[in-house]
Amino acid sequence: MEKLLLLGAEAIAQGAIDGGMSGIYAYPGTPSTEITEYVQHNKIAVERNIHRQWSANEKTAMEASLGMSYAGKRTMVCMKHVGLNVAADAFINSAITGVNGGLVVTVADDPSMHSSQNEQDSRFYGKFAMIPIFEPANQQEAYDMAYEAFDLSEKLKVPVMIRITTRLSHSRSGVETRPLKTENKLKYPEDPIQFVLLPFNARKRYRGLLNIQSLMEQQSEQSSYNTYYPGRNKSLGIIACGIAYNYLMENYQEGKCSHPILQIGQYPLPFIKVEKIVNECEHVLVLEDGYPFVEEMLRGYLAKDTKIRGRLDGTIPRDGELNPDVVAKALDREVKTGMEIPSIVTNRPPELCAGCSHRDIYNALNETMIEFGKQKVFSDIGCYALGALPPWNSINSCVDMGASITMAKGAADAGVHPSIAVIGDSTFTHSGMTALLDCVYENTPVTVIISDNATTAMTGGQASHATGRLEEICIGLGVKPEHVITLTPLPKYHDEMVKVLREEMLYEGISVIIPRRECIVQSVANSKKQKKVIVEGVAQ
Amino acid sequence: MKSDIILAGVGGQGILSIAAVVGMAALENHLYIKQAEVHGMSQRGGAVQSHLRISEQEIASDLIPEGRADIIISVEPMESLRYLPWLSENGWLVTNTTPFVNISDYPDMKELLAEIEKIQHHIAINADEIARQVKSVRSSNIVMLGAASPFLDLPYQSLENGIKKIFGRKGDKIVQLNIDALKAGHDFTQAHRN
Repeated sequence: MEKLLLLGAEAIAQGAIDGGMSGIYAYPGTPSTEITEYVQHNKIAVERNIHRQWSANEKTAMEASLGMSYAGKRTMVCMKHVGLNVAADAFINSAITGVNGGLVVTVADDPSMHSSQNEQDSRFYGKFAMIPIFEPANQQEAYDMAYEAFDLSEKLKVPVMIRITTRLSHSRSGVETRPLKTENKLKYPEDPIQFVLLPFNARKRYRGLLNIQSLMEQQSEQSSYNTYYPGRNKSLGIIACGIAYNYLMENYQEGKCSHPILQIGQYPLPFIKVEKIVNECEHVLVLEDGYPFVEEMLRGYLAKDTKIRGRLDGTIPRDGELNPDVVAKALDREVKTGMEIPSIVTNRPPELCAGCSHRDIYNALNETMIEFGKQKVFSDIGCYALGALPPWNSINSCVDMGASITMAKGAADAGVHPSIAVIGDSTFTHSGMTALLDCVYENTPVTVIISDNATTAMTGGQASHATGRLEEICIGLGVKPEHVITLTPLPKYHDEMVKVLREEMLYEGISVIIPRRECIVQSVANSKKQKKVIVEGVAQ
Repeated sequence: MKSDIILAGVGGQGILSIAAVVGMAALENHLYIKQAEVHGMSQRGGAVQSHLRISEQEIASDLIPEGRADIIISVEPMESLRYLPWLSENGWLVTNTTPFVNISDYPDMKELLAEIEKIQHHIAINADEIARQVKSVRSSNIVMLGAASPFLDLPYQSLENGIKKIFGRKGDKIVQLNIDALKAGHDFTQAHRN
């Protein structure tokens, strides 16, 4: 079979394509973006016309995916961990409705918060929904699990979660592919009210979900991803989940680990295997990237002094991603250290690009706010969140998608004036529109700046649902047309921007200001593409 | 045979292209490979690194343990020093000397070069200048790969083949410019290694 060099994220995409997927749904979010992007550019996906457009947000993605499953086809929905918070309503209920075509929910967690506001562990969501979870250790398993997850989903008639972390998602390795499966045909659910969660049916469906829990455990017990490796030295047993297994094995390059090891790649936990390693070993070390999910289950609530070691007893740091050195220390293995970083080396945090339109907006905003005072600017998730750092120090919040407008509303309700929101175009259509509607409903005096760069920039320039329709949306939601004002954010228009910002902040109603200029990274990329087209045109 | 490589630079400087070329070369030689990259927020002008591991044997961890890297290849001088805790005792530090200054407290260049000089096995090369000399100004990253090539357990020809595969889409001219850049870097190291 063909061997491809793939990121973990790409391996999942390839596995899903080969597994007969008919549609992928997602909103971009690091470290999950590359799954959908891979499908968008894949030859077979294009030939089969697999659905591969971006969704407005994770909730609409989850629901569209459920709709495709209703129609009998195989489908995947992907998101970053905090995206699952947005999709949670649909996600939890999809376990109650069950599926028709196989439905796989791929969630990429970000321990150490490389590009996120928290390091929540999606395995809790999987357990909450009471569905099986796959957690690959490497790129090959990521491929295989995506390939097989549709079968498991259709067999158990529930969604299946694949949980990965940043490190696997963004690490590349060789992957062997398997034969391409045909897509499912359109087929309605056998029971026409399977997806009707009115209480009478929801109770029935929920009991059904409870009844198949033992079947899920059985699947885990037999799963080749949950492997028990015997060992002579039973002073310590090791349970290694997902990618943690690699960090463990890195510490035994010279030979075999003498401790019994239970490798976990599929949940719910295989009870018999877990019971065996816990019973036969003096202590058990749990290695898992993310929260102490397995460790907490094994410790129980009342036990203060147990044989379980991990993040909760300090054997492993309570937060942050695992690595070979953290695992080596937990095992009392030799840890090398290189030279120290010389003291002259300074931090180099990310910054807004030279020529970025957000820079011009923050310059104008800062000048305007001299008159109105500090700490009145709420912002959001995107490149412009970097406006919190020097030299701008322009914003006072960055919490979750869309929160800028609603927090500005709450602050205005409390008496803050002017109360200002800075949000990007893609974040606005993700979760800002309903927030604006709340402001319209009460005519709350807020000034909303939608910094429109015509793309989803932070994640690498994906299409933005807002492009070309922002004014219409805002007016349609009820903002007065004379207070929907478009600006061009360039240094030469600085004074005009300050003037407009000031006037609208003094206005006792809702204003939407739309500074519009294409993302500089996209602008450069697009002009290169155009140049290429011209050159190729001449050559022909 | 095993090479544990740390690639360092600033977001946008092209360290992932270096990784891609080495990856192709490794595949051609039927070696195992793992390469952890940084995507997302840091790519906006922040410090970025990539752990690149190639080996005849299966590789366990996507991350290199501290003190075990055989080589640091950095396209920026200050960034080369940020990853010293990973460099093994006999490891090589191969760095560009052209600074990328996008912060107000960037250290003094003389002090920076003095720190690089302290590393027993090092190659300090003005890759931007050499890229200009071979008329390939945008290929300083591939100059750096060339400068590091004598310390990689990979045939030089495989790196050239990697360049052909990675840059082939962009046309023969771009391929040749990068092959020239690779050679210029390689020749510099052969003339200057201690």
